[in-house]
Amino acid sequence: MIECQNLVKAYINGDVETQALKGVSFKIDEGEFVAIIGPSGSGKSTLMHILGALDTPTSGKYFLDGSEVSSLDDDELSDIRRNKIGFVFQSFNLLPRTTVLRNVMLPLLYSETSEDERNARALECLKYAGMDERRINNLSNQLSGGQMQRVAIARSLINNPAIILADEPTGNLDTKTSHVVMKTFQDLNAKGHTIILITHEEEIANFAKRVILIRDGLIESDKRK
Amino acid sequence: MLKDLLKETLWSLTGNKIRSSLTMLGIVIGIASVIAMVAIGQGAQNSIASSIESIGSNLIIIMPGAASGSGISQGRGSAETLTMEDVSAISTQVPDIKAVAPEVSRSYQLTAGGNNTKTQVVGTLPTYTEVRNIEVDLGSFFSEQQVQSSAKVAVLGPTARDDLFGADANPVGQAVRVNGISFNVVGVTASKGGSGFNNPDDYVYIPITTDQHYLSGNNYVSDISAAATSADTISAAQQEVTDLLLSRHKITDPTQADFSILNQADIISTASSVTGTFTILLASIAGISLLVGGIGIMNMMLTTVTERTREIGLRKAVGIRKIYINLQFLAEAVVLTFLGGFIGIILGWLASMLASKFLSLNTSVSISSVLLAFGVSAGIGIIFGFYPARRAAALSPIEALRYE
Repeated sequence: MIECQNLVKAYINGDVETQALKGVSFKIDEGEFVAIIGPSGSGKSTLMHILGALDTPTSGKYFLDGSEVSSLDDDELSDIRRNKIGFVFQSFNLLPRTTVLRNVMLPLLYSETSEDERNARALECLKYAGMDERRINNLSNQLSGGQMQRVAIARSLINNPAIILADEPTGNLDTKTSHVVMKTFQDLNAKGHTIILITHEEEIANFAKRVILIRDGLIESDKRK
Repeated sequence: MLKDLLKETLWSLTGNKIRSSLTMLGIVIGIASVIAMVAIGQGAQNSIASSIESIGSNLIIIMPGAASGSGISQGRGSAETLTMEDVSAISTQVPDIKAVAPEVSRSYQLTAGGNNTKTQVVGTLPTYTEVRNIEVDLGSFFSEQQVQSSAKVAVLGPTARDDLFGADANPVGQAVRVNGISFNVVGVTASKGGSGFNNPDDYVYIPITTDQHYLSGNNYVSDISAAATSADTISAAQQEVTDLLLSRHKITDPTQADFSILNQADIISTASSVTGTFTILLASIAGISLLVGGIGIMNMMLTTVTERTREIGLRKAVGIRKIYINLQFLAEAVVLTFLGGFIGIILGWLASMLASKFLSLNTSVSISSVLLAFGVSAGIGIIFGFYPARRAAALSPIEALRYE
């Protein structure tokens, strides 16, 4: 369902051109649980941004569900992100001073979905992500790190996306909570979601079924368990 | 979709009440101060204009020139060059003048019973009521017969009456002593609402002949007031009076005239240039408050948007289209500026009401000041609330999310 052909991403800073990706090609099928690992500066975040339709490559092609994403405009990219991809960030990125429920429903804003359905779906996703139902009206800044990440996972599920992209989801969590969060991702994968995880920790990558190692903008290894 | 937009806007504004109310405060103060200042300025202008109207209509005032001896001028109005003969010549020979009233005026100590006061005693003719728009509240003004017979009768202004006989007393038929001479009070004039120096309410009127016989002791008059037949004939009447007096006083060079003439139009234009300056002053103060308020609004809006760039990034990352983010920020800016503007207009209006009440100014809130103040504040609020948000929404979600 995901196919990358020779992705290159270059940043121009003044006169200096730096290539974060130097030609990356791979395929990810539906239902996979892939970890992309690599040291900082290896280009894994840039790759994740392109996969998440947050950014477009300088050259190369990116097909998502058979359609090419690399040449879409801003609004079309927004629609792809809304409908096909769920994001989980390292820093959670919840709206401050906002209830859990409202945070989860954020991607449904300005859609045709009715109020009742939004509520029902948000509750379902929160349950799915393992969030305690009694906390749905708590404000986001009253939650612990683990709870915040569960809310973020619930938010990523709200549009029932084919792919969940997680960028260092455990980076701000302690080991115990990290493992709980990773178990949640394994459960989601078992239920059929395709999961792409970006991390620099090998231990976290071990939860995935396939590990792609990136170094200096190129794929160094691609192993399946 | 519209419902979502309204809900998001409301949520965002109520979610950070301090931020919202500070932004609104700038707008409120900017608008309220402009409205109040302009209203007070216009009130001052109106009150000066109406007190000029109250001295009479189509009025021409003839004053004697400066008396000078050995090259020392005693100042305008000090000479004794106008006489009763001049007065009757003006009233009979100038067709554009409908009434003439000479005045001999000086201030005296007045006593009545146990009270006394120092006030202006004006010796004049019954035509004075017509020339100066005087109305009689109690009794009557003195008559032509009483002038002919130099009767010792007096008409009091309401303030003089209050000082001598007590507030709202009816002194008609009682005696008042001026310079040791007893006068019989025949009437009280209606209040004209003046204040300060030369308050017409504090005058005491007596027949001019009586004044000349018993008080001033000569035939000269302090000044002559004349009413032109209409507003259009004021200048013509002024010219005719000037020509008449020049020929009566045997002066060929008009620059050497031993009298000067003021007409009401001149007084009004002088006064309105004074109040015009005053209004410009107030408008400048208001303009500066508007500028300061505007900078406040701009700062608040810019800080808010910068603070919220991450939020904008998140909204974009989860797939909300740019247009909805723009619309939301626009709606927030519009709600803030309109709400603030509305409160500001109410406050400015209240402030000018208070000024009317406590400064005895008849203030009026002008629509143009409301529109100007509101337009400028709302413009600044909306531009600086919307434009940076638009820029942030155009960023890639990654950049916006990383924004510190």
